[in-house]
Amino acid sequence: MLEIYALLVFMVAASIIAVETKDLLSSVISLGAVGFGLTIVFLILQAPDLAIVQVVVEILTLVFLIALIFKTTRVDTVRGAPYDPIFLFATTALIVFVVLFAVVAIYVFRELPPFGGPLREVAHYYVEQGLDKTGAANLVSAILLDFRGYDTLGEVTVLFTSVVGVLVVLRSVGRKKRES
Amino acid sequence: MAVYSACILLIGIGLYCIVVKRNLVKIIIGFAILEYAVNLFFASVGYRASALAPIVVDEARPVPSCVDPLPQALVLTAIVIGLGVTALMIAIAYRLYEKYGTFDVSEIRRLRG
Amino acid sequence: MQGMSVIVKTIARMMVGFVFMYGIYIILHGHLTPGGGFAGGCIVAGAFVLLYLAYGRDEAKEKLQSSLTSIFESIGAFLFWLIALTGIIWGYFFFNFIERGTPLSILSGGIIPLANIAIGIKVASALFGIFIALASVKFVLRE
Repeated sequence: MLEIYALLVFMVAASIIAVETKDLLSSVISLGAVGFGLTIVFLILQAPDLAIVQVVVEILTLVFLIALIFKTTRVDTVRGAPYDPIFLFATTALIVFVVLFAVVAIYVFRELPPFGGPLREVAHYYVEQGLDKTGAANLVSAILLDFRGYDTLGEVTVLFTSVVGVLVVLRSVGRKKRES
Repeated sequence: MAVYSACILLIGIGLYCIVVKRNLVKIIIGFAILEYAVNLFFASVGYRASALAPIVVDEARPVPSCVDPLPQALVLTAIVIGLGVTALMIAIAYRLYEKYGTFDVSEIRRLRG
Repeated sequence: MQGMSVIVKTIARMMVGFVFMYGIYIILHGHLTPGGGFAGGCIVAGAFVLLYLAYGRDEAKEKLQSSLTSIFESIGAFLFWLIALTGIIWGYFFFNFIERGTPLSILSGGIIPLANIAIGIKVASALFGIFIALASVKFVLRE
């Protein structure tokens, strides 16, 4: 239990550093620290599938962000006037919203089961009958690909769409023909 | 309860970064922090104290007491989708810098034509 | 984008085989040990990214092309759809039409290993395609 608290404090501190630093490369590296802390928290919460995926996805996100920064610019934007009204309005609205959200959320979180004792009304059936009905020993894979195959089909579609989007936005063939 | 409060705090930090900051790369970092916080919340709802991972080892008897495998399946999909969305945001930010020469959001809104 | 020094190129050449094999192992044993199609696909993409980064854009452009990556990605997505549609013959959509073998062995789990292979191919080529597009775009600042 103590390790989870220490890692959460580390994650919150690293995310505050990632938000406030002036240098863009330092904030990207702090984001990497948040991701790796999350990986170790997943391991302590007995979820090895999530830890493997989170590590590799975190490394790939870092590679993409550093490719963006090294091609364009490394310096953060400088604020013109010290306190322009849009910044004050945005900060005030955000503080009001977060306070309201926290008040309602703390009232709702008392209804949740305590941390460490889940209800498991739906997953009870999956845990009891998973090995007999599918024959797979890994229950998370059995849920992903047999009991809830539609969600995996939707995920494959979303990933395909995002790749098509990136390849269309960064295309250079049509632009050259239009300029010449 | 402390884990849930840390999740709300991280959601607040991510939202602050998206709404208040003016640099496009900082906005992308805010989206990534928001997504980590939501995945952490989902994975910690299904945790059971002193239980094992949901993998059957011995065929004779089932898993004695395991954590909830259903939130883990949902979060697994969400992590990979988050990577796709972040990659698309980075591609669009790259094209915006190429056209306007700056990452500043207020200047991109003002330059028209 | 230039490559790195000779030491990095030699070590990358030696390590790529092991990383690729580890990724395929995680994909194939997805129904027995933690992992599965998504985790293994990400690791295989990482192996290709390592090779591309070590050799630079100029040398790696003709060997690892983006047209081949797109073809593999479409093959992976189409294979997943085919596995789901074939179940209609025996029952409903996504029906598990292969009989479950002996548990805790490689040949068990019905259609789960086949679906894992399809998802692994798709995720690996999707992530590598995104990386090629982001790393090989030429920077032109227009006024």
